[in-house]
Amino acid sequence: MIENIFRGGKKYWLLVSGLLVLMAAGMAAYLEQWNTGLAVTGLSRDVSWGLYIANFTFFVGVAASAVMIVIPYYLHNSKEFRRILILGEFMAVAACLVAITFILVDLGQPSRVLNIILYPSPGSIIFWDVVVLSIYLLLNIVLGWVALDAEYKEVAPPAWLKPVAIVSVVWAISIHTVTAFIYAGLAARAFWLTALLAPRFLASAFASGPALLILIALAMKKWGGFEPGDQSLDKVAKIVTYAIIITVFFLLLEIFTVFYSQEPGAMSHFQYLLFGLDNHYGLVPWIWTSILLACAAIILLVIPSMRKNQLILALACAAVFISIWIDKGLGLIVPGFIPTPLGDITEYTPTALETLITMGVWATGGLILALLLKVVLAIRQGQRG
Amino acid sequence: MNIDRRSFLKLAALGLLAVAAKPAFDLISRPSAARALEGPFAGKRLAMVVDLNACTAGDGCVDCIAACHSVHNVPDIGNTKEEIKWLWEVDYKRAFPDQENGFVSEPLLDSRVLVLCNHCDNPPCVKVCPTQATWKREDGIVMMDYHRCIGCRYCMAACPYGSRSFNWRDPRPYIDIIQQGYPTRTRGVVEKCNFCEERLSDGLQPACVEACSSGALKFGDLKPGTELYDLISSQFNLRRKAELGTRPQVYYLL
Repeated sequence: MIENIFRGGKKYWLLVSGLLVLMAAGMAAYLEQWNTGLAVTGLSRDVSWGLYIANFTFFVGVAASAVMIVIPYYLHNSKEFRRILILGEFMAVAACLVAITFILVDLGQPSRVLNIILYPSPGSIIFWDVVVLSIYLLLNIVLGWVALDAEYKEVAPPAWLKPVAIVSVVWAISIHTVTAFIYAGLAARAFWLTALLAPRFLASAFASGPALLILIALAMKKWGGFEPGDQSLDKVAKIVTYAIIITVFFLLLEIFTVFYSQEPGAMSHFQYLLFGLDNHYGLVPWIWTSILLACAAIILLVIPSMRKNQLILALACAAVFISIWIDKGLGLIVPGFIPTPLGDITEYTPTALETLITMGVWATGGLILALLLKVVLAIRQGQRG
Repeated sequence: MNIDRRSFLKLAALGLLAVAAKPAFDLISRPSAARALEGPFAGKRLAMVVDLNACTAGDGCVDCIAACHSVHNVPDIGNTKEEIKWLWEVDYKRAFPDQENGFVSEPLLDSRVLVLCNHCDNPPCVKVCPTQATWKREDGIVMMDYHRCIGCRYCMAACPYGSRSFNWRDPRPYIDIIQQGYPTRTRGVVEKCNFCEERLSDGLQPACVEACSSGALKFGDLKPGTELYDLISSQFNLRRKAELGTRPQVYYLL
């Protein structure tokens, strides 16, 4: 099975080598960070989390979104999801690894990371997040690989796979809820101190993850001869549609409470994010881009004739993906720190090195996914031929 | 003894389980993080009082800050982005942003307020730390273990007072004279005020209190009958963001 990653056409090797180049660039940049410290980033005493933690949060969501395929297939017996089920599971594997890597590159003392295991601290949400993420990663590796193995041997998957899948559904909800709790439990940061954070995270995850899944499926169809099945894609597109609408609705709920109540604690953060505060407008263009993309995507997705056109569907999914990456990435992390608890404003701009490291981590996830999906493609084409 | 591969593996797994059971049991049954103290601190609840009427920070006095940063090898990196500070001064509105009292007397509004770690009785930073690198001692001091900290900066996000600093780079080149009484830090770890626990165990007062010539800083046990207790129970005082439930232990006399 695995030997298939070494057999591929020109397009495959072009993709793999492109990702390897990006990974090497990211690694070189990370060496600089390793030697100098996190001073190479745009982070500061006031804004102490940034691009890395933003991406970590976002990719936990992408990982959790595999349940949007697992639930219909295993719990509702929707057979049309059979062909893309494995895409969702392998995407979760790659996204999990990306999320964990983003935590690693954010650490000031990465060589001490095992202290999280050596001195387990049940009071710390990060401890629980590491625990649930690791288990979720294992669950998806098992789910994906065992199903693929059965496909390879042309037998039915073992019966014990279904209970594992059901566990993974609960687990997916838990990884994103726990990730939300990292922020939602801090009295110091009024921007995050809302019980709506976990539902918001889940809703935006179930939009961004399946949107990425559709994009990958369409790309594999165009360049890899993969047949996802139009019916299944439209069902996933409907999931994206509902989820992005709920995401925007939840954001409006936050905005109502914050601005109608006029309670200054949380309002100053939202003011900074949406309109700028005291002549600081760092995130304003970003968040409005995010809002406009979300609105455009909703229009394209709710109209059935548009949604069923695969080019328009791809555009809408790209819009959803970018919109939520902004909203749940920098748009979520940075305003938590601006203004500071003392009322100061220190803006944050990622440095080139920081961006390069981030791209390197993305490329690592991309490579893992590309290799896994190559095996899937090889097995499916072998069966056909 | 007749043993096939299957039963050998079973036995080996059982053996491994037995070996793992002891540390696992120790882990679960471990007593809570609070560590018992002996000697001068036993049974105490340490706290600090800052008398804003006596403090001369508004006139440019930085004696306490200089003393603190010197004895603790706090580097002067030279930019606010990477700044490390244990004790510093801010204006009244920054120290007490939630005191929306409409009209505050002008001398108060213009005053400079010393701020530091509040050594909270309910410290959010301790709760969030994933490695117990920061913990609360029985006498109330919130401690830092620079050798266990992994630099995740969760405590910085959790602290409502901005009391924690991070070593974005190696701090040693930025320390004028390295004092032998306290360790320098490595890059990638968090640090903050420690109420001079290293001086207290030598029977000394905190460096800032010792350096203060105006008598604005007082430090000690906070139990009925002590000098500190009489002071804050007889005069109006504020604590920073006490409404968050952190139970801060630095009291400001107005």
